[in-house]
Amino acid sequence: MNLLDHFNYYVVITLMMVGFYIIMARNNLVKKVIGLNIFQAAVILMYVTMGRVHDGTAPILADGPDVVYSNPLPQVLMLTAIVVGVATTALGLALVVRIQENYGTIEEDEIRALEDAS
Amino acid sequence: MTYVDAFLLTLLVITAVSVAGMRNLFAAAVFFGIYSLLSAAWMTVLDSPDVAYTEAAVGAGISTVLMLATLGLTSDREKKDPILKPLPLFIVLATGMVLLYGTLDMPAFGDPMAPIHQHVAPHYLNDSPQEIGVPNIVTAVLASYRGYDTMGETTVVFTAAVGVLAMLIGRRQRPSEAS
Repeated sequence: MNLLDHFNYYVVITLMMVGFYIIMARNNLVKKVIGLNIFQAAVILMYVTMGRVHDGTAPILADGPDVVYSNPLPQVLMLTAIVVGVATTALGLALVVRIQENYGTIEEDEIRALEDAS
Repeated sequence: MTYVDAFLLTLLVITAVSVAGMRNLFAAAVFFGIYSLLSAAWMTVLDSPDVAYTEAAVGAGISTVLMLATLGLTSDREKKDPILKPLPLFIVLATGMVLLYGTLDMPAFGDPMAPIHQHVAPHYLNDSPQEIGVPNIVTAVLASYRGYDTMGETTVVFTAAVGVLAMLIGRRQRPSEAS
């Protein structure tokens, strides 16, 4: 088995895990949203790499007898995912703004301390 | 793997790791924009110009602007706390190992015989010129074959917009109540 056969998955998993680590380890809520976005972009890249065909071209009809096209389906699904992702990002950031107003901080441990104190 | 792939992927990993280590949130948001743009560049290499345009406009553009706007309303410095934490690091490494194990029986990159290319994709590629008549097959699938998906997507975006407005309009009334 050639290790380079799966290089796309290795890179995508690395990026996913970096995003996952930011979500878990950082206390700042904006930083968590950034981590979530890094994770999401990695998932999108994974699907797009799966649709790729060797010596293929973009799935836009071209003249010529033996044109090989890449798979259009993952691309379509990921277009939807990107737009939904920005919608959830907007909602999450709006929540962060409201949390800042109610608690005066966007650090998770400080919010938890305030909750315990009250 | 070509040199272009290797170059872009190295830059992607470097950018993501530097975001994780940054305390200045403005820098982190801008680095996220760079990360998004680099992934758009790699998508272009992967024959998906439509996804690349959307990622560059929506991911690198709108997301970054939203983050910068949030930082303007909150604070741009992260509180000092250790960057490396043992428990999350352990969970991340364990999850990564499981995912790596999962790639063992995946089809190779670019393999034309992979299962993903055998199901509906040939139908879209062969019949959409007659059935839909749009040269861009991604557009044909998005707007026609999977039109309900796109409608659901629009519903999600609408709901999110309503949610954001509901939260931020309530915010504007607060100072007037206090005065």
